[in-house]
Amino acid sequence: MTAFQVEAEQRAAALERRERIKHRIGDYGLLVVFAGYFVFMALASDRFLTVGNLVNVVRQSSVIGLVAIGMTFVMITAGIDLSVGAVVGVAAVVAARVAIDPGSGLLLPLVAGLGVSLVVGGINSLLIIRGKILPFLATLAVMAGTRGFALVYTNGQPTGGLNPQFDVLGQGSIGPVPIPVIVFLTAGLVADLVLSKTKFGRHVYAVGGSIETARDVGIPVSQVLLRVYLLSALLAAAAGVVLTARVDGADPLVGTGYELDAIAAVVIGGTSLFGGVGTVRGTILGVLLLGMVVNGLNLLNVASYYQQMIKGIVLVLAVVLNRWKSQ
Amino acid sequence: MSMTTEPQPRVPVVALEDIWKTFGAVRALHGVYFDVMPGETHGLVGDNAAGKSTLMKILTGVYDPDRGAIEVNGKRVHFSSPSESRDMGIEMIFQHFALAENLDIRANIFLGREVERRHLGGLIRFLDTRRMTTETLRILKLLDLEMDPKLKVRRLSGGQRQVVAIGRALAFDARLVIMDEPTANLAVGKVEKLLELTKRLHQFGVAVIVISHRLDEIFAVADRITVMRLGGIVGRFNKDDVTQEQVSRLISHGRDGAEEAGA
Repeated sequence: MTAFQVEAEQRAAALERRERIKHRIGDYGLLVVFAGYFVFMALASDRFLTVGNLVNVVRQSSVIGLVAIGMTFVMITAGIDLSVGAVVGVAAVVAARVAIDPGSGLLLPLVAGLGVSLVVGGINSLLIIRGKILPFLATLAVMAGTRGFALVYTNGQPTGGLNPQFDVLGQGSIGPVPIPVIVFLTAGLVADLVLSKTKFGRHVYAVGGSIETARDVGIPVSQVLLRVYLLSALLAAAAGVVLTARVDGADPLVGTGYELDAIAAVVIGGTSLFGGVGTVRGTILGVLLLGMVVNGLNLLNVASYYQQMIKGIVLVLAVVLNRWKSQ
Repeated sequence: MSMTTEPQPRVPVVALEDIWKTFGAVRALHGVYFDVMPGETHGLVGDNAAGKSTLMKILTGVYDPDRGAIEVNGKRVHFSSPSESRDMGIEMIFQHFALAENLDIRANIFLGREVERRHLGGLIRFLDTRRMTTETLRILKLLDLEMDPKLKVRRLSGGQRQVVAIGRALAFDARLVIMDEPTANLAVGKVEKLLELTKRLHQFGVAVIVISHRLDEIFAVADRITVMRLGGIVGRFNKDDVTQEQVSRLISHGRDGAEEAGA
């Protein structure tokens, strides 16, 4: 190694350190809000700061959380996936139909639920990549079609009484930690690594920054978009399956409106609607913040109609905060 | 740097021979010969529909010619994709630089060719950010641009962006850099900057093709000039053997006007 190389290595190491720190305080604003609300609730309600309640918050957030993780990838490519709520529904009913069979075990309904989502994700990508239809319109159409399929498939009827082995996915726990929480946090950790540390993740940002540039430098843009929409569908399906197991059944209308909750959480987490910017860890923080708001308002006996209004206010505040941060 | 002073015969960095290309009924190129010698700056001029960009897209593997041969360092090659052309050391610097503004300098230098590190026997591959940072610092130092590789490209000036775009070419051992309208996105001191950059590229043994509609620029930097018109070559000169007026007439009329002048 020459002297310059040594110097370059040292500088590189120093820069790496600085970047890591910067990354950590990147979500600073959101963290302050998060911490502030946390302290407020801890003081306002003596039932908030208990292990039971906090685990509950994360568990209740885990379904929207899974959906929002996938949505983060989509939105960073400057796209949107409105079909995820319907995917939650279709994966839920398909898994439930398989799981009524007492001998179906855990794996079969899970694979069936996840499998059907890949078809939906595939149709989304086909319309967007080949059909060159705007993601908003393509996934809106697929949302309607998928929800319709779930209703036709079940004749509009709920399915219940699933095999207990399958229900473990939603009701079981390892130690004090419920399995939905483990699924959500594991998915979040892996997705965060994929987005921030892999070539695919880098390409997701590049496509969202400028699709022309991505093409010019030889990034396989279609392949990146295909993977992103498949991932989004797959995570939405995982949410649907976990939810089905949790409540031991599925209604064909389950998941309605989840796409909007997920988008809200992603935006609160700092992802730009215009693409190119965002993180999974931000999204997770956004999901948990929304979950804590609902939980806190419940603990304070605020009527659910007010809760909707307050969620709206939180969303607006988050957008203002993010804009201020990026300036 | 001039070609005529070189004593030994040399192999062109790239040579395009008898290239034909049609798009439907449009004959974009007919029987085009074009080459670039080592260490040369070759100016390519012509009107909008002259065929310059079609020719460059064939050279960079975007299009496949209907007929004709491509040689790189005397070896016949066939490009079925832009990445194959890049692998042979042919780099394009786009007019708009093709940078992702939301990413930092380092990410842009390696965009589409990220370096990875294998973990668990290749099962997991993460970006090798340390190596890419070190390499980016080396490239920036070569180009006298002392900047934090973590700086977002959004915050760079036009000139700095061009240096990053050139750095991207140098990071991958370019033999030939094609610069498309290189000064269109620069604010000040355009020609001087371009001259300096081409000189620097030559120091690294890189040949350059400059495409421009500004003849003053071409005459300032080029060793040879090729004029295209309506899909064919209408003239090729050593810079010192021709005037801007002659080239200008060739571009618009296909003739240099010498016969009128002589008559």
